[in-house]
Amino acid sequence: MSILAILEQRNGVWNRMSWETLAAARQMGRELGQPVEAAVLGRGVASLAAEAGGRIWAVEHTLLEPYTADAYTEALEALLRYANPSLVLFPHTYQVRDYAAKLAARFGRVLASDIIGHRVEGGELFLVRQLFQGRLNADVRFTLGPPSFASIQAGAYRAEALESGAAEVRTFTPPLEPDAIRARPLPPFRESQRGVDLSAASIIVSVGRGIKDRENLPVVERLAQALGAELAASRPICDNGWLPMERQVGSSGQTVAPKLYIAVGISGAIQHLVGMKGSKTIVAINKDASAPIFEVADYGIVGDLFEVVPALAEEIEKAKRS
Amino acid sequence: MKILVAVKQVPARDAPLRIDASGRWIQEDGLSFEINEPDAYALEAALQLKEKHGGEVVVVSAGPARAAQAIREALAKGADRAIHVDQERLENWDTLGVAGLLARAMESEKADLILTGLQSDDLGYGQMGCVLAELLGLPHATIIMQVEKLDGAVKVKRELEDGWFQNLELPLPALLAVQSGIGKLRYATLMGIKRAKTKEIRRVTAAEMGVEPAPAIEIARVYLPPKSKQTELLEGSPKEAAQKLVERLRFVARVI
Repeated sequence: MSILAILEQRNGVWNRMSWETLAAARQMGRELGQPVEAAVLGRGVASLAAEAGGRIWAVEHTLLEPYTADAYTEALEALLRYANPSLVLFPHTYQVRDYAAKLAARFGRVLASDIIGHRVEGGELFLVRQLFQGRLNADVRFTLGPPSFASIQAGAYRAEALESGAAEVRTFTPPLEPDAIRARPLPPFRESQRGVDLSAASIIVSVGRGIKDRENLPVVERLAQALGAELAASRPICDNGWLPMERQVGSSGQTVAPKLYIAVGISGAIQHLVGMKGSKTIVAINKDASAPIFEVADYGIVGDLFEVVPALAEEIEKAKRS
Repeated sequence: MKILVAVKQVPARDAPLRIDASGRWIQEDGLSFEINEPDAYALEAALQLKEKHGGEVVVVSAGPARAAQAIREALAKGADRAIHVDQERLENWDTLGVAGLLARAMESEKADLILTGLQSDDLGYGQMGCVLAELLGLPHATIIMQVEKLDGAVKVKRELEDGWFQNLELPLPALLAVQSGIGKLRYATLMGIKRAKTKEIRRVTAAEMGVEPAPAIEIARVYLPPKSKQTELLEGSPKEAAQKLVERLRFVARVI
């Protein structure tokens, strides 16, 4: 029995989350006393696989490029039936979110998705997940035998140094048929050039659901102006069209790390936190004291943003005049 | 075009959460519930497709009796009819189990398109679409921003990381997991609410469909997340709190 870490590459470039997944696999492997293997899928990936070090499967087929959920599921199903791992770990990327649960279902299993940690108790593995948008944590366990499946949240594990010494690359050619691939993917593209580069801002005032209505935006605009800050938002604000998508911070928007980030009426769902938790100083203003945004904040004010934000803007204007 | 939309009822976003006596789930009594917002976007996408191409939108929801409220709201927004998989204590079923219930309820409908939200706001596994597609033998795509109907197929725009997108074509029938923000969410009109009362809600139970829970994964414990950072909470009136914050930002953090 072994732990299998699925690494991700696109056009021969590694997704960095692969190394965090490999680190998670090695930690769990040490604690459970199981060897670790890795696998990477694609066309002509054997030399890339060698860069990863350790024991690694190069799962190769022309039908694995470009990515499709059908081809990845078929290919990994074949590999798992051959290699028989006890646990399969994935980086929780957009690509993994598209096929890993389907693969698990094929084995009658449920993917423990987006895990942030683990512990081993009496030889049993418990995985930590967030519930209710990060307001609660849960330890989950697998109730059936192998194989088990889990995906690792970005940043949850620190990538370790790669294993030194020559990699042991084994090539696996899955039996794929063109007919099994039902989706026809077209080449990826980027939308028009971004007008706002939030990553260059030194101060960001970011607004979330708590603002309630587009008409209330001047409340935060005044604060941003007082600070000379860029205005940003969490996803729901941009989904509603209250601010343009290019001002969205989070996993589907921009990643920022300004010296000051003021989160106004943002609860702090993980999708938002990953985009801003590297900020130097974080201030959270929210009426809900249990909002996850306070987990990452240096300073917090629990209160009604419609009272706190104008008072703050006034104090900042006062301080700037003095 | 016949479109099925999977809708889940979840605790309201601002509902205060208390862990129950078992320590494995939350106390549900006294909580208010709402349509899982990502599913509201899936419903919106379905209603827009129907407005453009005609056809029927059928809401499918698994949940206890209270889920009827979410179903009625979806009907009031414009869905034509609904299937309620009426099942108490769904927390004893895992994603695969619930997907099995939904799949069984959906298969006889012979839909052209099945839409789900990207994830639920409570459990957040983000995989119902993927798993349903596998159980129903359908092609699928996730994180969908746009849907265009072609002849016997759909062309969809899928969101990738870092501002990248990709179009792909899927033959119908197909399943799509819809990204939030695919359209502007509509409110139910008074007329819609009135009409909803006469719309059909078909109730089925797991027992009637011969499905039993056999979880592959279970929650062992639910708890408050440990704090990773020392947060200084600034108290007092709004003005006092604001003064304290400005002082710290100027003289401690030195960021303004």
